[in-house]
Amino acid sequence: MAEFLQFLFSGLTVGATYALVALGFAIIYNASGVINFAQGEFVMAGGMASAFLVAAGVPLPLAVITAVAAGVAIGVALEKFAIEPARGAPVVTLIIITIGASIAIRGVAQLLLGKQFHTVPPFTGDHPIVIGGATILPQSLWVLGASIAVVIGLSAFFSRSKLGKAMLATANNRHAAQLVGINVRFILLLSFGLSALLGAVAGVLISPITLTSYDVGIMVGLKGFAAAMLGGLGNGVGAIAGGLLLGLAEALGAGYLSSAYKDVIAFVIILAVLVFMPGGLFGKVSAERV
Amino acid sequence: MGRALTLFRHRHGGLAVLALVIALLPLSLPNRYFYDVAILMGLNAIVCVGLNLLIGFAGQISLGHAGFFGLGAYASAILSTNYGWPSVVALIAAAALVGVLALALGRPILRLKGHYLAMATLGLGIIIAVVIATEERLTGGPDGMSVAPLVLFGVALQGERVWYWLVGALLLGTVWLAFNLIDSPLGRALRAIHGSEVAAEAMGIDIARAKLLIFVVSAILAALAGSLTAHYAGFITPGKVGFLHSIELVTMVVLGGMASTYGAVAGAAILTALPQLLTVFKDYESLVFGVVLMATMIFMPRGLVPTLARLMGRRT
Amino acid sequence: MRSPLLRALIGAAVLSLVAGAAAAEPPTIKIGSFLSVTGPAAFLGDPEEKTLKLYVEKLNKAGGVIGRKLELVVYDDAGDSDKARTFAKRLIDQDKVDVIIGGTTTGTTMAAVPLAEQAGMPLISLAGAVVIVEPVKKWVFKTPHTDRMACEKIFADLKARGVAKIGMIAGAGGFDRSMRQECLKVADKYGISIVADESYGAKDSDMTAQLTKIKNTAGVQAVVNPGFGQGPAIVTKNFRQLGMTMPLYQSHGVASKEFIKLAGEASEGVRLPAAALLVADILAANDPQKAVVAGYKKEYEAKYGSDVSTFGGHAYDGLFLAVEAIKRANSTDKGKVRDALEATKGYVGTAGIVNMSATDHMGLDLTAFRMLEVKKGNWTLVK
Repeated sequence: MAEFLQFLFSGLTVGATYALVALGFAIIYNASGVINFAQGEFVMAGGMASAFLVAAGVPLPLAVITAVAAGVAIGVALEKFAIEPARGAPVVTLIIITIGASIAIRGVAQLLLGKQFHTVPPFTGDHPIVIGGATILPQSLWVLGASIAVVIGLSAFFSRSKLGKAMLATANNRHAAQLVGINVRFILLLSFGLSALLGAVAGVLISPITLTSYDVGIMVGLKGFAAAMLGGLGNGVGAIAGGLLLGLAEALGAGYLSSAYKDVIAFVIILAVLVFMPGGLFGKVSAERV
Repeated sequence: MGRALTLFRHRHGGLAVLALVIALLPLSLPNRYFYDVAILMGLNAIVCVGLNLLIGFAGQISLGHAGFFGLGAYASAILSTNYGWPSVVALIAAAALVGVLALALGRPILRLKGHYLAMATLGLGIIIAVVIATEERLTGGPDGMSVAPLVLFGVALQGERVWYWLVGALLLGTVWLAFNLIDSPLGRALRAIHGSEVAAEAMGIDIARAKLLIFVVSAILAALAGSLTAHYAGFITPGKVGFLHSIELVTMVVLGGMASTYGAVAGAAILTALPQLLTVFKDYESLVFGVVLMATMIFMPRGLVPTLARLMGRRT
Repeated sequence: MRSPLLRALIGAAVLSLVAGAAAAEPPTIKIGSFLSVTGPAAFLGDPEEKTLKLYVEKLNKAGGVIGRKLELVVYDDAGDSDKARTFAKRLIDQDKVDVIIGGTTTGTTMAAVPLAEQAGMPLISLAGAVVIVEPVKKWVFKTPHTDRMACEKIFADLKARGVAKIGMIAGAGGFDRSMRQECLKVADKYGISIVADESYGAKDSDMTAQLTKIKNTAGVQAVVNPGFGQGPAIVTKNFRQLGMTMPLYQSHGVASKEFIKLAGEASEGVRLPAAALLVADILAANDPQKAVVAGYKKEYEAKYGSDVSTFGGHAYDGLFLAVEAIKRANSTDKGKVRDALEATKGYVGTAGIVNMSATDHMGLDLTAFRMLEVKKGNWTLVK
């Protein structure tokens, strides 16, 4: 039982990170139809910026907030300078642009912050807490707690605030949203900013546990994308479910089956789900208008 | 009729131009290093022409083609180096193996659409890459394995010059094949599917079969290019099988211009040569590369060749 | 125009000036290098590049080697073996260098080995796996200790502590898998049996699942983690998180102060085999390596402000082995330099004392490895 709990904690912690990244994918996709391959770089930016600031002597809370702000700034800049000038381009082109952006962002990070690995001090120390025979780091609890808070905040934003509802409207039908006076371009900017916020938050939360370097974004972006697709692209609940499930599949697969093949196990599961549920777990297969 | 003639003239004209470029290029290649880059350009171009058929003409997507490339490379390498098979037989066997795999997995996967298809192919590519990297006894693991040279008619093909002509000839063959496919009933069916799957199905096209066929063709081309790369370099590592390479291949296709076979060739050539050119930037290489990629796609959203063709007032 | 005689005189003057200038400046000695300065092995390749740059500059300031200046040509292969192969070709055919120092990883090195052999180019690798020099290749040498030596050093220490059963956890990278293979091969020699064998991905952020499996395996007395990069630091942190108190051994792949910084308090008590460079400050004054390692540490840290690592040290050794060979051969003729390299005896480097031969193109023995332990956030020597 203790063993299972250990795998569970490990899977949930990693899964929460994937969930936040997956949500970021979902938000941008909903607003623009673009898969933002630079999503992982927001996570990297959050982690690296906080590592850099803490090393420079900035107190942790301020460093964390500034790092998240930096991530948002990058997201907004990405939209303004790379996506907006390419309005009207085919979706595939936009995707390649985000790929170019992720390479450029990594290049800048490596120039400014070096190629070494960095560590960030945990928020409340690193004495493991024992629950049912398994240990969990306090930072893991921060990851899970903050993720839940973010998700609650997001759903309140989408259902209660005017801006949030405007975003949902744009996601649903862009032309109709424009017709009712929603500034679609601003919504796009906002969605990138919001996604970057989610990514950067994931980055600052997870860096104390996993270390950070200029290229952590690649893998985390890939897994986040996989999680988003597993849950059903564009679906918020799906993104979260997909992220947690992916994390659990990895941990349980490594624990009970084979650690060398844990990624294979996870992706086989995703493939199987997609084959039987072509729209992901929660996605709906949209009707094609003829 | 006049329109058809233009197409006909254009198609063979383009092929002749490509042949001319391949024939004359060595005059400007001063040493083996340049030949090496040219050969790699050609090999990438073969993969991209096949991938372009899938992405550009059929309107599907694959983020896992490096998996087929790598599988072809490793199968050929293992059969020829570890089991002593004649290398040409190993090459063909590898291509056949990949073809069968693509046939078997293609049917369920191709039922998916858009980004879900992208995810499925991405997953497939990753599964192949991890298996190859983990089965060390067979594949040499992450450090790779040496590969026996390609032996054609009893002669071991070594040396850049020989390989240049081989790859050049194969590239011409691939482009010719691509054009024939595009103009065939299968090609027209694929373009109809690209336009609208529902409409195509309503017209009686077996869309599942058409998509599967082109998927298999593009997979086999990737596998062939992979095997050739392995034999040429004399060495193969799992790096070439990973998803970063898959994304690189798709980038080449999009950069060059989707639904443009010459675009695929151009995209492959440019993105293969670019890292060599950018070494002058040293630490700034990544940044410059990323910026160049973004700028090119922002200003030429349809890709290089279609944009240039439009500027010159012609339709590709 | 003026009289033909005047024109001829001016022409002759210009010609002799040019000839004189050319004659005054002997051709540079070109040192070529392909390193993984970016990518997954960046924290190895980065100090390697920095070290090469630092010492080429220093040697040039002191007048160069055999009266000629050194010219360094470095390419970044980002850990990609195909890029490494193309860059090696570029160095050989386009840049026409005299000796190559590189690659950073076994994969990139092995991709370039056939080229070096074919072209008759001395290649000094900075990578770890034993396969680089076994079987011996005429033109290929290497400076770091082999992964097999690391296993042997670790197992000898385990045996001395009375350990017979261990668990292994290795990453998915080339270095990790190669060292794991070597450990499996030599374990019997030291009476060690490996009862648990787990692995993790290069970019994984949590290894508690794998470590839990090892923890629950009956009879495990110690854990060995062949790996490099961030993996071992995370393994170490997870190790402590799970409350595992048995001995933990890392490999020389994390031989730098960075590892201690990254793993934090969890690194206390971790042992690993490493070159004397890491403990330069506490080496006995009469230790033969003291002067070299203390000197390198001082110069590197003064120039770059970051801690030395053994990886930069391997580049230092590579450069100076090449330079010494060129001096002894008194030319850059590749055959002569190769012969001189093979005849290297008693070279004191950061990795140890190097004695090469026709059958040994690495030249280090087990004494070149010291067993270190982390105590109070610093490397200490285990006696």
